[in-house]
Amino acid sequence: MIPAPFDYVRADSADAALAALREHGDDAKLLAGGQSLLPLMKLRLATPGVVVDVSRAADLAYVREDGDVLAIGALTRHCDIVSAEVVTAHAPLLAHAASGVGDRQVRHRGTIGGSVAHADPSADLPTALLALDASYVVRGPAGERTITATEFATGFLETVLAPDELLIEIRVPKATGEAWGYQKFTRRAIDWATVAVAVQARGGGTAISLGNMGSTVLRAASAEAALAGGASAADAAQHADDGTEPAADVTASADYRRHLARVLTKRALAAAGRS
Amino acid sequence: MAESAGHATCSRTVSILGTRVMRVEDPKFLTTGGVYVDDLRDPRLDGAGHVTYVRSVMAHARVTVDVAAASGVPGVLAVVTAADFADLPPPPPPLGFIPPALARPWLANGVVRYVGEPIAAIVTESRYAGEDVAELVSVDYEPLTAVVDPRDAAGDATLLFADHGSNTALAFEAGSLDGLFDDCEVVVTQQITNQRVAPVPLEVRGTACVWEGSGDDARLTFWASTQSPHGARDQIAAALELPPERVHFIAPDVGGGFGAKFGVSIEDLVLAVLSRRLGRPMRWTETRTENMLGMGHGRAQLQTVTIGGTRDGRITAYSLDVLQDSGAYPHFGAVLPFMTQLMATGTYDIARVAVRTKSVVTNTAPVVAYRGAGRPEATAAIERAVDLFAAEIGLDPAEVRRRNLFAKDAFRLTTQVGAAYDSGDYAGALDAVLAAAKYDELRAEQRRRRDSGDPMLLGIGVSNYVEITAGPEAGTEFARINVKPDGSVIVYTGTSPHGQGHATSFAMLAADELGVPLDRITVLHGDTDLVARGGGTGGSRSLQLGGAAVHQGALETVDRARELAGDLFEAAAGDIVLDKARGGFHVAGSPDDVRGWAEVATSADADAGLIVDTDFSATGATFPFGAHVAVVEVDAETGYVRLVSMTTVDDAGPVINPVVVEGQRHGGIAQGVAQALFEEVRYDEDGNPQSTNLTDYAFPSAAELPDFTLVDMATPSPLNPLGVKGIGEAGTIGATPAVQNAVVDAVAHLGVRHIEMPTTPERVWRAIQEASK
Ligand SMILES: Cc1cc2nc3c(=O)[nH]c(=O)nc-3n(C[C@H](O)[C@H](O)[C@H](O)COP(=O)(O)OP(=O)(O)OC[C@H]3O[C@@H](n4cnc5c(N)ncnc54)[C@H](O)[C@@H]3O)c2cc1C
Repeated sequence: MIPAPFDYVRADSADAALAALREHGDDAKLLAGGQSLLPLMKLRLATPGVVVDVSRAADLAYVREDGDVLAIGALTRHCDIVSAEVVTAHAPLLAHAASGVGDRQVRHRGTIGGSVAHADPSADLPTALLALDASYVVRGPAGERTITATEFATGFLETVLAPDELLIEIRVPKATGEAWGYQKFTRRAIDWATVAVAVQARGGGTAISLGNMGSTVLRAASAEAALAGGASAADAAQHADDGTEPAADVTASADYRRHLARVLTKRALAAAGRS
Repeated sequence: MAESAGHATCSRTVSILGTRVMRVEDPKFLTTGGVYVDDLRDPRLDGAGHVTYVRSVMAHARVTVDVAAASGVPGVLAVVTAADFADLPPPPPPLGFIPPALARPWLANGVVRYVGEPIAAIVTESRYAGEDVAELVSVDYEPLTAVVDPRDAAGDATLLFADHGSNTALAFEAGSLDGLFDDCEVVVTQQITNQRVAPVPLEVRGTACVWEGSGDDARLTFWASTQSPHGARDQIAAALELPPERVHFIAPDVGGGFGAKFGVSIEDLVLAVLSRRLGRPMRWTETRTENMLGMGHGRAQLQTVTIGGTRDGRITAYSLDVLQDSGAYPHFGAVLPFMTQLMATGTYDIARVAVRTKSVVTNTAPVVAYRGAGRPEATAAIERAVDLFAAEIGLDPAEVRRRNLFAKDAFRLTTQVGAAYDSGDYAGALDAVLAAAKYDELRAEQRRRRDSGDPMLLGIGVSNYVEITAGPEAGTEFARINVKPDGSVIVYTGTSPHGQGHATSFAMLAADELGVPLDRITVLHGDTDLVARGGGTGGSRSLQLGGAAVHQGALETVDRARELAGDLFEAAAGDIVLDKARGGFHVAGSPDDVRGWAEVATSADADAGLIVDTDFSATGATFPFGAHVAVVEVDAETGYVRLVSMTTVDDAGPVINPVVVEGQRHGGIAQGVAQALFEEVRYDEDGNPQSTNLTDYAFPSAAELPDFTLVDMATPSPLNPLGVKGIGEAGTIGATPAVQNAVVDAVAHLGVRHIEMPTTPERVWRAIQEASK
């Protein structure tokens, strides 16, 4: 419960953070809200030699409209996403998902960029962002690249991010006035999702994403296809767990997770007005 | 104290007892905070070495330890292993009747027996360095078969202690099994797991110590987070083979104990030895993970209940078989089945009862006392059994209870298993709680939902309970009343509160007899040099023994003061009257000339004032009782359980301070609910703990709990002058089975008869799946 020794560097802008990452290479870890990194460090599951603290990088904390897209700085705190009017107006699913993250303290420290970069398959924001067809802007020594939410996570806590790259912006296509639903199943208010399901309607189609149903957040492709092919919500929901390989742990068995995915998908679709 | 002072002065003619005095200790805890062991800044602790333990990562293995790499690191003062304790016998087991062959060593001696067992202790200049150095200690593990399931342990295929020749530590029994169920029309049997849970005090264990003086005069001052300072002092003295007066034990503020902090643990004791060897003060504060691994756990019983009776609802025979998992080194947990046995029949008048218990060692953390300690296990068993019996004969479970309760006029009585119940009104408690919960309306609502196919099922659970406090033997407790020359009062108690509010309740008891306002009374505890003797706080003993001692001491103080005042007035003591409203004495019939407490105390001794020491001895343990109704909503599709309401009667006799008692009930009920719905310490089949932090261990918060409806009822005990019983554990004991019964009740119409605790969504969902097959 005491981290291994590390050096600390404070980087108050995107440029400073990139410079620090270049200097310290593989040995460095970015610290945003610290709500995932610090617990790992305390358990010595993460032992970075250098911690690059970007938590005060003001140029990365913003929510703004950019035409048809909501542009959200990576350092924007969960609590600011909950309350930002542009988010509640154009991506209410995201605001709602953020409102259920951990507790108040966690929401006031944790950042959307940290949540995305950490790539925990049970995390709320990545689940919502996947249904919202978001994409992620990443900056590194070779310049900027944009990665879709579908391509971003490659495994449990693994992403396409290189050690010297910084996630700088989350881009969410506006879903103004579109129906949505979010179902997070937990035993306690503070808990991570046993299973989460996000549904986002958009231009007649419906996206369904699953949290904690595999090593990354997933789209429920079979259920989406069934819906597109005219199936009822109840029938489509029966396919929510198709092709998934959920984990078994102290909270739930894999079978139960599959069952939850089906029930929660039905409920999220109902909340989004699909029957 | 400002809030309470008004109460005290304006109500001198009526008793302060039973009034809602706000807790005098709360402003400190809510503002500047308590001073816990880790907060101590005593100058004697300057330059203390910091202790870090290297703990086993295997459940059962032979170990070889190499400390060379760690010892050489700058800033490391010492690295010690079992070899460094070869000259000291292992500390005596915490309870006399635990077989000496099962005593635990100072540090693992060649064999580790649970994950988390201390193997080496590292002393560093800086606390931060300890965990880095710990990684340099090399431990070679040669795995042995891990015995995790107590049923495997009972088979003795792998022995944890070869010298003992068996994995069974202790066994108790009561009643005869012969023909127990012969005349029963209905017999139901069920295996029940009373799962292992973690006490989780918010303050983890912490210790600090320093030796002063040299040779045979050397004296140890020892601070630790404990519930029982005098017991802890004696334990340390025995371990170090010292007379108790050479140990000065201080319990500063203690942030919760729940039974697990009765006495001190091996990790505490090691510090006293290290401090003496290295000639330096020592400190240790564990982490939450260490606390979850090593402080010890509670409950951990596998039970088989068999219940029989007539088709019209009369229970005539009951048997309880208990296999207690004691963990690796028998502690209180090994003995607790005795308490389970003693309370096996609960509130029911059952003609034939038999209990068999066996405590076995396993490769898991030791099982210790935990809120209720043996009694919740008894209540959970019989209350589940009664529901199973009711379901079998198709009668309402509340009605079956009513038909079998001990009658109000049966007290005092001795049960089939030898418990001497002092007083009770079990039917009164049941009727009161059913009325308050609107039981009939709840049943109607349940029927309506079932009939309409509503997927939100309603479950209603009832429990009756009786428990034993300040037992099993008759207890005794010390108090000193010191009226200072300025008229203020210090009350010393041998109990040791760690959240229970003694500073308020005990001051009220003294104020009531002395006529001294509350804000002039201070309650002191926890320091063995200041308090002559004491039994600490546990087993819900404090008010009935410690409070009764304060009450008795205050009466004796008034008697002594009347003699002193008689001398001042040159009158006979018998003619002296205490005017509580004015806080002074006068001669009967001459109320104008009043000598205050200050003057009377000064006349006893101008420096010390008036001092009266007393010991209160009870003639027996007391038996609080009550009844709970839990209401849950179960989502039939997911198995998710929402606790809708808890309505409880918890009768522990007359209430000294409702604010304090409600707090004890609230916390107790929450902890009982936690066992029924949320908490479970789990090990995998190799003995690896699966719940070592508060993410994996589902410790509930206020968000998971409804408001509780507390119904008042007060049946006095004949066994102490205040008529009081213990309330510290009652809520826990009643709540667990009420909630478990409610969950089963919600899905009973689907054919479900039993669901193990914690009744997680998945377990409930599976039970529904199984039943509908
Ligand atoms: C008690 C508790 C409960 C929680 N409950 C939930 C919950 O219910 N649902 C949920 O979704 N989450 C939950 N969380 C996690 C929370 O949402 C975290 O905030 C989030 O996972 C990580 O964000 P952070 O800003 O704290 O990142 P940090 O912990 O600072 O960093 C996490 C990882 O991301 C990397 N990183 C951070 N920022 C960037 C960046 N801009 N570019 C590249 N890499 C970066 C870091 O190097 C690190 O590897 C909980 C956390 C706690 C402590």
